[in-house]
Amino acid sequence: MASLGELERAIMDVLWDTPQALSATALRDRLAAATAVTTARKELATTTVLTVLSRLENKGFVSRDRGLRPHQYRAVTSRAEHTAELMHEVLGTAPDREAALARFIGNVSPQEAQTLRQLLGGIPSQHA
Amino acid sequence: MLHAAVILALLTLALAWPVPILLARARWTARAPGTALALWQAVALAGGLSMIGALLAYGLIPFGATPGRGLAALGRAAVDTRLPPGAGFEHVFALCCAVILGTHLLLNLIATVIRSERQRRRHLTLVELLSQPYPEHAGTRVIDHAAPIAYCLPGATRSITVLSAGMLDLLTSDELRAVIAHEKAHLRQQHHTVLLAFKSWHSALPWFPIANRAENAVALLVEMLADDQARRVVDDGTLARAIVLVGTAGDPGAPTDALAPLSEAAHPADMVTPRVRRLGQEPLPLPARAAVLAVATALLAVPTALLLLA
Repeated sequence: MASLGELERAIMDVLWDTPQALSATALRDRLAAATAVTTARKELATTTVLTVLSRLENKGFVSRDRGLRPHQYRAVTSRAEHTAELMHEVLGTAPDREAALARFIGNVSPQEAQTLRQLLGGIPSQHA
Repeated sequence: MLHAAVILALLTLALAWPVPILLARARWTARAPGTALALWQAVALAGGLSMIGALLAYGLIPFGATPGRGLAALGRAAVDTRLPPGAGFEHVFALCCAVILGTHLLLNLIATVIRSERQRRRHLTLVELLSQPYPEHAGTRVIDHAAPIAYCLPGATRSITVLSAGMLDLLTSDELRAVIAHEKAHLRQQHHTVLLAFKSWHSALPWFPIANRAENAVALLVEMLADDQARRVVDDGTLARAIVLVGTAGDPGAPTDALAPLSEAAHPADMVTPRVRRLGQEPLPLPARAAVLAVATALLAVPTALLLLA
């Protein structure tokens, strides 16, 4: 695996795509199955998976069911909900946004969009 | 020292009201965004300095002939807990106001920095989980979202540029290069620091109608500066197309789900059209830019000199 961040992302991808909770071993097997096709990566240790899982649990992305042996893990929130949260922040529609992110183009009013379209008329277009 | 207090008070009024209004309306700023940004920073800094300086200079009148000697006398008076003759309620009140105002501005800046840093970290964690690295450009990631979005996340150790899948769909590779060059310019030139300072100024003085205008004007100038970096990578027509395509994509006919429910307040001023219009204009001549920088320097020098020498 390239880095801890990439491993966290790969694990979240598996959890997001799996409806039921998974043990660390089952998760490792799915990771191996998902990555073996594309690249020949070295064997991933279950302890590494456990380490990353507890990091993700601390960050609030993963919940752990301690009632079962081995512990079962699942994603707290779906990928779509996380993306929506992120996009609210980016689009400035989140209520408590402190620093507006410097977006390439901010929010444009319908009137301004109209003006922009007229301006584009004067520019040779590659988008017919 | 009464003269100094009066001059500083007049300077405060000028910098709080007519000067920012004129500067926000000025047309030359689009032709010299870097110079205009320097002037805005000088106006804000000199405004704050004069405001606190006027209160200090007035409050210290009974304590000494100059602010320096006055401060020393004030320190002695505080130790002896005895005010010099002639020090009335109005002087003590002015001194208290100066201290409260200075503390308020400083604490607000610190709080703004801490809050935005916390949000930035949380955002970065989410982005890294939800996005893929974009192989063609280092430090760039792609997030699976239909609206065309590009933005940058500045960081102490690593900064990233985030593109949405909708953006990749909408633009040609040349237009995309313009967008990426634009975002990298924000990161390289540390634009978020300037924006944060003006944001903090605005939130510290919300009753100041000018702070809002200043924040918008500065945000637009920063975009223009980044556009100028993109113009080194692509020609003006490509950049203009990229700006217009992204700017009009949220309008009827395009995927609007995420962009639709924005109130009027979300777009208080035209922040995009000026960026397209200026592409055909000549930059401001060097002598004119030098003159603006001289004014900016003078704005900072006058209150400083009044406080140190008066």
